Amino acid sequence: MKIRQLSVFLENLPGSLSGLCRILAEAGVNLSTLMLSEAGEFGLLRIITPDVEKAKQMVEHAGYAATISEVVALQVPDRPGGLASVLAALESQGISVEYMYAFAMRTGGDAIMIFRFADMDRAVVVLQKAGIGVFTAVDLFKT
Amino acid sequence: MIPHLWNDLEGTFFPESALDYMPEDRLREVQLQRLKAVTALAYDRVPLFRERMTAKGAKPADVRRLEDVRRLPFMVKNDLRDTYPYGLFAVPMSEVVRLHASSGTTGKPIVVGYTAQDMDVWKQAIMRSLYSAGFRRADVVQNMYGYGLFTGGLGLHGGLEGIGATVIPISGGNSERQIMVMKDFGVTAVCSTPSYFIHLIEVAQKMGLDFKRDLKVRRGVFGAEPWTDHMRQYIEAASGIKAYDIYGLSEIIGPGVGNECEYQDGPHIFEDHFLVEIVDPATLEPVPDGQEGELVITTLSKQAMPVIRYRTRDITAIDIRPCRCGRTIRRIRRISRRSDDMFIIRGVNVFPTQIETALLKTEASLPHYQIVLTRKSGLDQMEVRVEVTGDMLRDSVGEMEQLQKRFARSIEQITGLHTTVTLVQPGSIPRSAGKAKRLLDTRNEA
Ligand SMILES: [Zn+2]
Repeated sequence: MKIRQLSVFLENLPGSLSGLCRILAEAGVNLSTLMLSEAGEFGLLRIITPDVEKAKQMVEHAGYAATISEVVALQVPDRPGGLASVLAALESQGISVEYMYAFAMRTGGDAIMIFRFADMDRAVVVLQKAGIGVFTAVDLFKT
Repeated sequence: MIPHLWNDLEGTFFPESALDYMPEDRLREVQLQRLKAVTALAYDRVPLFRERMTAKGAKPADVRRLEDVRRLPFMVKNDLRDTYPYGLFAVPMSEVVRLHASSGTTGKPIVVGYTAQDMDVWKQAIMRSLYSAGFRRADVVQNMYGYGLFTGGLGLHGGLEGIGATVIPISGGNSERQIMVMKDFGVTAVCSTPSYFIHLIEVAQKMGLDFKRDLKVRRGVFGAEPWTDHMRQYIEAASGIKAYDIYGLSEIIGPGVGNECEYQDGPHIFEDHFLVEIVDPATLEPVPDGQEGELVITTLSKQAMPVIRYRTRDITAIDIRPCRCGRTIRRIRRISRRSDDMFIIRGVNVFPTQIETALLKTEASLPHYQIVLTRKSGLDQMEVRVEVTGDMLRDSVGEMEQLQKRFARSIEQITGLHTTVTLVQPGSIPRSAGKAKRLLDTRNEA
């Protein structure tokens, strides 16, 4: 149920993000989603890709520090209050969100969002009980 | 007849300063006499010195002319550490009346001792320093050097009392209180590190005070860290005072090895007490007068801990031009560089190895790092850039910020200095021949 995500350390310098993207593009790594989270002089670039191991190798080879972590991809109903209902289900069980970001929008369908929780295992159980769609990696990259 | 003895503003006679104007041949004669005596003393009483002399096949009797100082072995800071605490003392402890110690840098601090006569020599050297900078008995002086084991505070204190000035032994820190005292006590002169004083100028501005209009400070001696002409110009323009360079180092005696006169063109060295040489730091061969190199000092008068041919690591040159003030004791150029890795920030000696120790306390393996020294509105700043490795990296901005804070705390615990830690990408610190450049000092580029 969990998706493996690549996080890359980036200094907030002009060109550091584009440089990294170029390396991945040249290596033929297909990027499904990117999200940059910043804190002052540095940031973490989070990457969802079907080739997470290969992507890690490529960026490390190019001299970046990278680590793989786990997230979940959730189906969020495409209607007003859709996200709020997902969050409410989690909150009621005391699951806190560390961060989240949009994955992609299916044409005519629901949104997909990437979530990172403090307690990933319990979060998955809670989500399934609440009937919220959790994507497997196979399903996710088919969309 | 030496007309300059009466050159001060009040026309009063200051006998100690007569030594600053000794005829040159007489001065060299005094130096030679004292060099012979100090060489014999160290040879008799200090095993390390005797062993090194023996290894060189040298005897005290080989010193026949001043140039023969070159036959004597060098001393370096490590010699003081290796013989910690009293290994270089040439007198029994019953003769020692004062100890000082350097801020603990790599491991053990260095300890220096003074006999009663040494204290007198020191006091007089500082009196001459202060006098040449225009300090007089009517001055009310705020001494902002640290009191305690550091030689700065108590050293200046003794000299200030010696010239009969009113001393305010306030020590460093608490900037707003410093300004309050300066104003309320009618302070006319100060002793401080240059960077701290520049900081105070800004504090005063924030407190809504105009240094020139609201304060009576007219002069100051500044030292304990290298500083530039640019800083002097800033201090003088912003505060309206005259800023004089005082030179010294704990290993030799503390402040008072030399001081600038009214012409502010490099410190005059009190050559009757301190013999100066300039050597090429790589070959240790003497360089011609006037050429730049590493300053080497021999104490000519000290008894408790005679220091012979001490390599200061300070890069300077002996100024052979006669000074307009008429002093015959020579000047060195103001120190703005040091020859080794050790750096001085806000008067504290720091070695890159201390930063390494601090980083290793936080991370299991030593990351590549670089120490960057800058000067921001006159105050020295230390930034440590640390390259993030895959092992260090966490998928959480918060955790990475915590890591930054842990590094900074660890560095502060070891050096006592507040520092900014910046996390940078692997490979972003320049390396030469595989070795990262550990220190980037941009303080004197301003
Ligand atoms: Zn002069």
